Amino acid sequence: MKILISNGRVVDPANRSDAVQNIYLDGGKIVAVGSAPDGFTAERTIDASGLVVAPGFIDLAARLREPGFEYRATLESEMEAAMAGGVTSLAIPPDTDPALDEPGLVEMLTYRAKKLNRAHIYPVGALTIGLKGERLSEMAELVEAGCVAFSQANVPIVDNAVLMRALQYAATFGFRVWLQPIAPFLSRGGYAHDGEVATRLGLPGIPVASETVALYTYLELAKITGARLHITRLSSAAGLALIEQARAEGTDVSCDVSINHVHLCDMDIGYFNPNCHLIPPLRSQRDREALCRGLAEGRINALCSDHTPVDDDGKQTPFSESEPGATGLELLLPLTLKWADRAGLSLLDGLARITSDAAKIVGITKAGHLSVGARADICVFDPAAHVTVSRDGLKSQGKNTPFLGMELPGKVRYTLVEGQVMFEG
Amino acid sequence: MRNPQLNKHGELQHLLTLDGLPRDILTTILDTAAPFTEVAEREVKKLPLLRGKSVFNLFFENSTRTRTTFEIAAKRLSADVVNLNINTSSAAKGESLLDTVDNLCAMQADMFVVRHAASGAPMLIAQHLQNTGRDHIHVVNAGDGRHAHPTQGLLDMYTIRHFKQDFTKLTVAIVGDVLHSRVARSQIAALTTLGVPEVRVIGPKTLLPTAVEKLGVRVFHDMREGLKGVDVVMMLRLQNERMNGALLPTPQEYYKIWGLTAEKLALAKPDAIVMHPGPMNRGVEIDSAVADGAQAVILPQVTFGIAVRMAVMSMLGSN
Repeated sequence: MKILISNGRVVDPANRSDAVQNIYLDGGKIVAVGSAPDGFTAERTIDASGLVVAPGFIDLAARLREPGFEYRATLESEMEAAMAGGVTSLAIPPDTDPALDEPGLVEMLTYRAKKLNRAHIYPVGALTIGLKGERLSEMAELVEAGCVAFSQANVPIVDNAVLMRALQYAATFGFRVWLQPIAPFLSRGGYAHDGEVATRLGLPGIPVASETVALYTYLELAKITGARLHITRLSSAAGLALIEQARAEGTDVSCDVSINHVHLCDMDIGYFNPNCHLIPPLRSQRDREALCRGLAEGRINALCSDHTPVDDDGKQTPFSESEPGATGLELLLPLTLKWADRAGLSLLDGLARITSDAAKIVGITKAGHLSVGARADICVFDPAAHVTVSRDGLKSQGKNTPFLGMELPGKVRYTLVEGQVMFEG
Repeated sequence: MRNPQLNKHGELQHLLTLDGLPRDILTTILDTAAPFTEVAEREVKKLPLLRGKSVFNLFFENSTRTRTTFEIAAKRLSADVVNLNINTSSAAKGESLLDTVDNLCAMQADMFVVRHAASGAPMLIAQHLQNTGRDHIHVVNAGDGRHAHPTQGLLDMYTIRHFKQDFTKLTVAIVGDVLHSRVARSQIAALTTLGVPEVRVIGPKTLLPTAVEKLGVRVFHDMREGLKGVDVVMMLRLQNERMNGALLPTPQEYYKIWGLTAEKLALAKPDAIVMHPGPMNRGVEIDSAVADGAQAVILPQVTFGIAVRMAVMSMLGSN
């Protein structure tokens, strides 16, 4: 179908372009930006006057909960959430049940996702079988099945010898390894940032040392093995400082942060709000500010939703017994806009963290930008409209978010995947 | 965010924690408790304040002493008391905390006295009752995780006031395992709210929580230093499972360095009182000579505990 998106403010971070222009789509691709190609007759015109036209967003961590946790969410429900959020590419962490440690599972997931014909998925394979940190997964086979990287999600490897071998094996093929910095023993039995709030509430703490000690290990092993390391879900100023130190010494390492951690800190736990039970824990205000600055200056490469839908039963329990995580696909854009605005960033630089910068980490080349020939994954949104986050408003099956009741900027009007309108709001 | 234990008139709706509770409410509870201490001396130890009300003791964690004092307090107020030890019943069958609460509400409960191993559990119940429009049901926290044990904190304040009258001239030391202690957290909150100018915590670094000084206390690791000139020594219980391991090497070493002996107590003011929430580990955190000595007020604490719990339950019942 030939579609014209007319008069929108086209913001394309990859091409450093921000101007009111028309975009022409045909055959699932962008065929022209600016003036119409010869003989182009639009079958549908989307009037984007006053709206922003951006590449569909790329989320580095979206748990769709299949297989294994269908009572929390299904591919169907979470794909609807992705479309409502303008998110057209999803990296899927391997912490499903069973974990994404077998090519057959990955193929099945990819097949199911394709059939639904919504967002593109990019599975991240389990680095070890069952995420148990004992035996390596069949990484080469998993890549053939569609995996773009390997990770342990938030289940750290206890045995550093296994971690080193896993990094070496991945480095053999040049595969990317995404690791969340969690020191298994230092984090054990903890539920909140080890600081004043946890002390006051009597919640067993997770010290910043859990992140820094893990990072020392990961960065050192990456240096030795030559593995392509990406650090996921930074939570602390000290953690970011370690990454920068490693970069200064020549280690090539990227990192990301979740939307929760740039907007919230441990104070937001308030009176034991289980929606603020997250992994890693929300840390201090000072940490939050350092993460915001780091992200604004590009020292943190990308922002992600860390989408983790949890059913009510998993959250209506005492804090320490609740399932960690927050739903986030539909909040990725609003919280990116809010962060960018506060940080004094242009729309172009703000959106880069969830489009072109995220694309580099996943290794996506045909999307995440609006160049001619690119896959026509596009989000058209109203940056001036504000939406109040509500249980009823969320398409995700998980209603668990610390942002319930808050008014956030940005309303998605159209989401297009491969040139087809998949969502209109 | 409204303090979940106050109703919209600023009155006590639930008693969940002493942290953030206004000073006048704390003082009112202590004042209300005073006449109840006399009830125990009468031949008929009953008042009709909670007649016809049902108090459910909801204990998800074992306790004999606290449950018994709550039961006595409720019965002296003429309430009907139902004791439930949940760790041996519903929870073992997989029923969720709030399902248990809903079921008991259906049995016309008026008040829940809750003990739970997870910090914040009584607050969750209180929020659930509020969200479901059952504002007539009250929750009293009888100890949640490491978070709070407000009635213990209150009875400690009652004891201090009884023996020392004015809070604003005191130096108080809390000694031992502050990290795992809900009692210590409630004591610190109450002491700082009531205007005690110097609250000290004394213990090894492994047993003091991170940033504890932010709660308004002075930190001492040397017990002799910390006890110098104090008016009140509040000892904490050291749980057996924490005596040998990564927190402490042995109970013997702990006793040697942080155990309260007559010799160490001599560094405090001559009229200093010694308190302990019980049950005591004699020869670990406290020497028998001190526990049974003239300065110990450990048994009056228990007696006052009943009056304070009567005060709390009667105030909640009338709000």
